[in-house]
Amino acid sequence: MSTHDRTEPTREPLTGTLIFERGAAESRCVEAPPLDVPVVSLGGYARAAAPALAHVTEVDIARHYERLASANFGVDSGFYPLGSCTMKYNPKIDEWACRLPGFAGIHPYQAEETVQGALELMWGLQESLAEVAGLPAVTLQPAAGAHGELTGLLTIRAYHTAQGDPRKRVLVPDSAHGTNPATVAMCGYEVVQVPSDERGGVDLDALRGLLDTDVAALMLTNPNTLGLFDENILAITAAVHEVGALAYCDGANLNAILGKTRPGDMGFDALHINLHKTFATPHGGGGPGAGPVAVTGALAPFLPGPVVGMTDDGRYTLVTPARSIGRVRSFLGNFGVLVRAYTYIRALGGQGVTEVAEQAVLSANYLRVRLGDAWPVAYDRVCMHEFVLSGGTMRKEHGVRTLDVAKRLLDYGYHPPTIYFPLIVDEAMMIEPTETESKATLDRFADVLLAIAAEAAEDPDLLHGAPYTTPVRRLDEAAAVKEPDLAWRPQEGAGV
Amino acid sequence: MYPEDLKYDREHEWVRVSGDIATIGISDFAQDQLGEVVYVDLPSAGGTISAGDSFGEIESVKSVSELFTPVSGEIVEVNDALDGAPETVNEDAYGAGWIIKVKLSDPTEVEGLMDAVAYEAYLAEEA
Amino acid sequence: MRFIPVTCEDQVEMLRTVGLSDVDELFADVPEAARLARPLALPEPMGEVELAAHLKELARSNAGADDVASFLGGGCYDHYVPAIVDAVVSKPAFFTAYTPYQPEVSQGTLQAVYEYQSMICQLTGMEVSNASMYDGATAFAEAALMAARVTRRGRVVVSGAVHPEWRSTLATYVEAGTVTVTEVAAAGGVSDIAALAASVGDDVAAIMVASPTFYGRLEDLAPLAELAHGAGALLVVGTNPILLGVMEPPATFGADIVVAEGQPLGSPMSFGGPGLGVFACRQAHIRQMPGRVAGRTTDVDGRTGFVLTFSTREQHIRREKATSNICSNHALNALAAGVYLSAVGAEGLAGIAGACVAKAQYLEQALVATGRFERVHAAPFGYEFALRYRGDVAEMQRALLDAGFLAGLDLGRFSADDAGLVLFAVTEKRTRAELDRFVEEVGAL
Repeated sequence: MSTHDRTEPTREPLTGTLIFERGAAESRCVEAPPLDVPVVSLGGYARAAAPALAHVTEVDIARHYERLASANFGVDSGFYPLGSCTMKYNPKIDEWACRLPGFAGIHPYQAEETVQGALELMWGLQESLAEVAGLPAVTLQPAAGAHGELTGLLTIRAYHTAQGDPRKRVLVPDSAHGTNPATVAMCGYEVVQVPSDERGGVDLDALRGLLDTDVAALMLTNPNTLGLFDENILAITAAVHEVGALAYCDGANLNAILGKTRPGDMGFDALHINLHKTFATPHGGGGPGAGPVAVTGALAPFLPGPVVGMTDDGRYTLVTPARSIGRVRSFLGNFGVLVRAYTYIRALGGQGVTEVAEQAVLSANYLRVRLGDAWPVAYDRVCMHEFVLSGGTMRKEHGVRTLDVAKRLLDYGYHPPTIYFPLIVDEAMMIEPTETESKATLDRFADVLLAIAAEAAEDPDLLHGAPYTTPVRRLDEAAAVKEPDLAWRPQEGAGV
Repeated sequence: MYPEDLKYDREHEWVRVSGDIATIGISDFAQDQLGEVVYVDLPSAGGTISAGDSFGEIESVKSVSELFTPVSGEIVEVNDALDGAPETVNEDAYGAGWIIKVKLSDPTEVEGLMDAVAYEAYLAEEA
Repeated sequence: MRFIPVTCEDQVEMLRTVGLSDVDELFADVPEAARLARPLALPEPMGEVELAAHLKELARSNAGADDVASFLGGGCYDHYVPAIVDAVVSKPAFFTAYTPYQPEVSQGTLQAVYEYQSMICQLTGMEVSNASMYDGATAFAEAALMAARVTRRGRVVVSGAVHPEWRSTLATYVEAGTVTVTEVAAAGGVSDIAALAASVGDDVAAIMVASPTFYGRLEDLAPLAELAHGAGALLVVGTNPILLGVMEPPATFGADIVVAEGQPLGSPMSFGGPGLGVFACRQAHIRQMPGRVAGRTTDVDGRTGFVLTFSTREQHIRREKATSNICSNHALNALAAGVYLSAVGAEGLAGIAGACVAKAQYLEQALVATGRFERVHAAPFGYEFALRYRGDVAEMQRALLDAGFLAGLDLGRFSADDAGLVLFAVTEKRTRAELDRFVEEVGAL
């Protein structure tokens, strides 16, 4: 086993040296074009002291960020089974497409006749997403999944208000993503937690007990965060509708069901779709994503505007729904992300999109079975596109936590699964292989996890100290809070 | 681990009563569950709280827990030293890691709390 | 299949391992009545060659920045993006990575975020920047919610000189009554300080303004700060990050939260998204700040490293008590901003901003001199200004489009009060020759 002692002392670490500490005072990269009109000063508004930015040449920048990139791990670096994040391969033609000058170089306030191609693309994407969702109306505005949740819930709120029946509470399962309760609070509703049953689904009796005419909606992820499809889904949405509440689907796990079943057909009234998960747009190191929202006809008049419509003579036009909640952002949506998702859907077609779900689910089940007895599954049944292991036994028997296992996986060259989520599983480790990994990759990963289970039994301290081979090792996160250093300032460094 | 002169509640706070002043902190079990404490959100002295009220929050890097008072009364002192050294809660949970002092408005409330033996039994039952 | 490397043979073996004979058995939990009994009705798949041609066709039917000279602004600007910016954001290790939750293999993203935060602090003069929000409008809305938490008050007073889409976004965000909004109409393209003063009381969490305003004018921030702080409220200032190259930053005048649309810093216009929500505030308020933030620390071997920090504010830990529901942000646009600011440096930024300002002044004077436009605002402006057109705005814009110009933004589309006003933005990309030709075309109308 290599340890940190083997780090070559003569090699500069990949990271740690800031861009501000590179270059020299006279270094320049891109300068302003020569001024061909008279100089104007802002007078009393003029800046007194220049901001302390880097002084670097283009070479310095290219090398600096290449070093940083080398210290990163992306989908192109290797297997990234991060549960609930759908880290599938991001096709390169998507990147090419969004950079076409006719897409990247257009302004959102241009006259509609000058952007018909862009509007046609958005209209086509709306139509495709509506078909996948089984819901007729779509807004492409939301910038991310959580932003889609906010949009969907505010739309539901506006609907209830218009019915003269404002309600107070939103039900959220205990296995939900944290964005769900956070969104509920932002929408002015009280969060009520719904327990899970012993099979990992919504506890139907408990749900019925919580439903009354003060409930505005149930927010449900299906398949849920345990990677399980709720068999009672039709009974659940029926019970919700019975009290006049609406059913909101968190579409984080849509990748599992594409073309097999649709949220609209399950009885959901609204759904957000994470284009950066299901439709292969990249995660960008945290974003941007896009979180379009699809709704029923009854909710459609309340969607944020504008949406893309078609005129009788076949022109595309921006329209604001009749009783719109208003804007949830500036302009029209994360268009660059929409271009990527549109490109992906056009590459695959209906059959291809369905095959995505089939392979994603098969790959997850294959891994689940391959890991066998060494890694207890929290709910041992056929899963959807992901499954959750519990490291509780390993912690009790060997004092090795799921965190240690995750860090050890880094040494083997894998990005770890999602850990400590969902909250209802002890020492949770959530694995989502996606459809874009070969069987050989899945086999190697399974072998490694089995090897780590053996290491945990034989040498727990090996895992406690991991990782050993990464650009940095475990970081002092407590110090980061207690002695915050959130920005470089010039007195610390040279070069300014 | 669980001093016998203290009383405990189900939210893992401890209470030490001296005259009509109750000192409140979190138990060794609670600090161990939290991990390294990095921040304690303290209330202001002078406020009045009732048993069961949340009076602040305690944070580790990846978790946050509300602090509940097991007794009612006026907050007469808060442990400002925790601002600069929150890890004291880990290092000396029953001593320098105390959090607030409350002037008891109903001293009988203390009788309803668990003693060390009962608290340990409660912990065993929870695990 | 194109993006599925599993072979048919592999599939059969994988099914056998799972103990099933058919893929459909994997979906047995889906109730019969909810199953889709037909193929998805999506357009037929396309191979890469025909797909590329289709996309090129769609893109070509738009009038892009290479085809027309644009004077459109209003929060989205046609600035030059240095080639090095796209070279960096195109690195797969950056754009195919997730949120840096495993810091040991995410130092690239984390250090880039830390550097971005440092640059935003330098530009705005603020102490802390977060790792980004979606755009300027949502950053503005979140600033109102944060101000309410910091002050424990429930009302914000918003200047009507702020971008209408920012105000509309704020109104939607607080629709549920979480915060109430008082809007005070603008006067002369800037805030009406007397009217703002009249609506400020001890229930106010923040006064929210923008400098430059939606109309491109610069606000006198010092009296606004005095007004806000005198009432125990915060001052929230929206700004333009390019202009900060030559304009005194809001922090100097006492701003408590500074937000901006960061698209001008190295992101393409891209039909208005993805942009970049810049969000900066005081260190004392950090526990109420929305969004992620990176910090510098050390690893077990003493090496410098970076982590996401103050995470207990966020939804994945604090759930319904989180400072915001935001999870995904606009990290790649923040990366672009960091590369952009490094490429141009303080001198380049000042030069670019100065060029924008000078060209805007030049065009404004020339347009007024044609007699077709008249001035309506008196306050100084940056690189955007509004003039009243003496005629039909739509007709004028159509005629100038034929001449190869996107002739500004018709403000009548946002408010009947602004009917007849046209907002022009002039970036460093516009040459004097283009400006002269544009003025000539206007004169010939």
